[in-house]
Amino acid sequence: METIVFALVNGVIYGLLLFMLSSGLTLIFSMMGVLNFAHASFYMLGAFFAYTIMGATSFWLALIFAPILVGLIGAAVERYGLRRVHVNGHVAELLFTFGLAYLIEEIVKIVYGKTAVNYRVPSILDFPAVQIYGADLPAYRIFMLFVAMAMLIGLWLLLRRTRAGLIIQAALSHPHMVGHLGHNVPLIFMTVFGIGCALAGLAGVIAGNIFVTDPSMAVQMGPIVFVVVVVGGIGSLEGAFVASLLIGLLQNLAVGINASFADIFGFLGLTSASEVGSITVSSLGPVLPFLLLVLILIFRPQGLMGEREL
Amino acid sequence: MTEPMLKVTDLHAFYGKSHVLRGVNLEIMPGEVIALLGRNGVGRSTTAKAIMGEVAPKGEILFKGQPIAGLESHKIARLGLGYVPEARDIFPTMTVRQNLILGVKNMRKPGKHSIDQMLDMFPNLRERADNPAGVLSGGEKQMLTMCRTLMGDPDLIIIDEPTEGLAPKIVHRIGDMIADIARTGVAILLIEQKLSIALRIAHRVYVMGHGEIVYSGTPEDFRTRDDIRAEWLEV
Repeated sequence: METIVFALVNGVIYGLLLFMLSSGLTLIFSMMGVLNFAHASFYMLGAFFAYTIMGATSFWLALIFAPILVGLIGAAVERYGLRRVHVNGHVAELLFTFGLAYLIEEIVKIVYGKTAVNYRVPSILDFPAVQIYGADLPAYRIFMLFVAMAMLIGLWLLLRRTRAGLIIQAALSHPHMVGHLGHNVPLIFMTVFGIGCALAGLAGVIAGNIFVTDPSMAVQMGPIVFVVVVVGGIGSLEGAFVASLLIGLLQNLAVGINASFADIFGFLGLTSASEVGSITVSSLGPVLPFLLLVLILIFRPQGLMGEREL
Repeated sequence: MTEPMLKVTDLHAFYGKSHVLRGVNLEIMPGEVIALLGRNGVGRSTTAKAIMGEVAPKGEILFKGQPIAGLESHKIARLGLGYVPEARDIFPTMTVRQNLILGVKNMRKPGKHSIDQMLDMFPNLRERADNPAGVLSGGEKQMLTMCRTLMGDPDLIIIDEPTEGLAPKIVHRIGDMIADIARTGVAILLIEQKLSIALRIAHRVYVMGHGEIVYSGTPEDFRTRDDIRAEWLEV
C-alpha cells in the first residue's frame, strides 16, 4: 500500500513537472508548426541559473529570476533567430532548434564544467514534512507540488480568462486574421516563446536540485517531453496535461513494483533463473513512455486530445 | 477636392513566379462604397491581400496619404483599415462575444461600437452570444466577421466575397448590412460576384481582368455596358 501511495504522489509531482515542460513546448509547436528540439535546454538553463543565483543570494530569488532570465533568452532566440529562419521553412527551423540545443549544452559545459554542480534543495525545505505509512515525504516534494499547481492555475487563468490569453489562442490558430484585427502577432509569438521557455526554466529550478544538475540533463529530459506532447496530441494543452500525468504515474507506478516476470508469469513455467524471468517490472519504467509513443503513433496519430495528425 | 482615402498606384504582386497583379490602379474616397467585380482568379482577392500586407506588394499604396505598402498587417489595421477575408476566419472555439472582444484594438480606447450595441443590431448573434462561434450558420458567421471588424473602428473595410455560399434570402440581408455600415460613414471596398448586391449598394464599380482594372464607372453607366459584362464577367 505505501509503495502505491508514494508512487502516486511522486507520479503526480513528476507529471506536473512534465506538464511545465510540455505546456510550453506544445504552445510553441502550435505557433511554429515544428517541435522545438532546444526546449529541454531551457529547462537545463533554469537549473544552472538557479544554482548560480542561489549561490550568490537565495533560493527564493533564484525561483523568481532564473525563469525570467530563461524567458528573456527564449524571447531573444525567437526574435533574432527563429523569426529569420522561419522564412526558409520548417526544415530550417527544425535544424536551427537542433543546433541550438547543442550550442546551449556546449556553452553550459564551458561555463559550468562537464560534471554535475552542487545545486541543492534549500535547507529551509530540507526536512520530512509528513509521514505516510512510516516513510517520510520530504517537504520539498510538497513545495514542488504547490509551485506546479500555481503554474497550472496561472497558465489556465491567463489563457482562458484574460483578453491577452484569447488573443494568444487566436493568434496560434489564425495568425493572419489576428494581425488584420490590429494585434501585433510577431510580438505575441515572441511572448509565447518567452513564456514557454520561462516555464521550462521554472521546471529546471524546482527539479534540478532533486535530480542532477549537469550538462546532460537536457538530453535526458528532452525525449520524454516529446513523448508527452505527441501522446497528448500535438498543440493541445489539455492533452499535454493528461499525458504528463499519465506518463508520470505510469513510470512511478512501474518503478514501485518489485515483481519480476517470473512472479507474474510463473504459472507458465517461467523461473527467475531464466533471462526473461529475471526482468523486473520496475526496470520497464523508462521503456513505457516510448512504448506508449509508438503505440499512439500507430493507432491514434492525432494523440489523445489533438485535432491534427503529425 | 478631398484626398482619396485609399489610393493604389501600379500595384503588382506575385505568387512564386506567377505574376498575379499587373499594375492595379484604384481610388476610394472617404465614405464611398466601391464594388470590385471580376471572374474568379483575376486577382481581386490578391489585390485585397496585397493592400492588407498578407501578400508582398510592389507599387504604391497610400492610405489617408500615408504609404502602407509592405507594412506589417497589424500596423495597417491600426491605421484604420479593416479586412473581412473570404475565408471569414472566425475563431471557432471561442464564443461569439469573445470573437467580438478580439475585434477591439485597444481596450483602454474603446471604439464607437460596444459589444452590446452589436448584439442589439443582430438578434441572431445575441441569441448565441455565449455559444462557440463554430456552431453558427454561414450567414451568421459572415455577420460576426463584419461585426468583429467594426469593433476596431475602421475608416475603410475591405470585404471579400461576403455572400459566397449563402442562401439568397441571407445574401439580401448581408447586402442590407453592408449598406447600413456604409451609412455610418465607413468606406467599403466590396469584392463581389453577385451583380445584384454590388449594383444596389455601390457608388462606383471597378471591373478586373487578368490582374488589372479594365473598367471603372458608376453603376448606372455599368448597366448600359453589355460589352464589359460579356467580355469580363459572364462565364
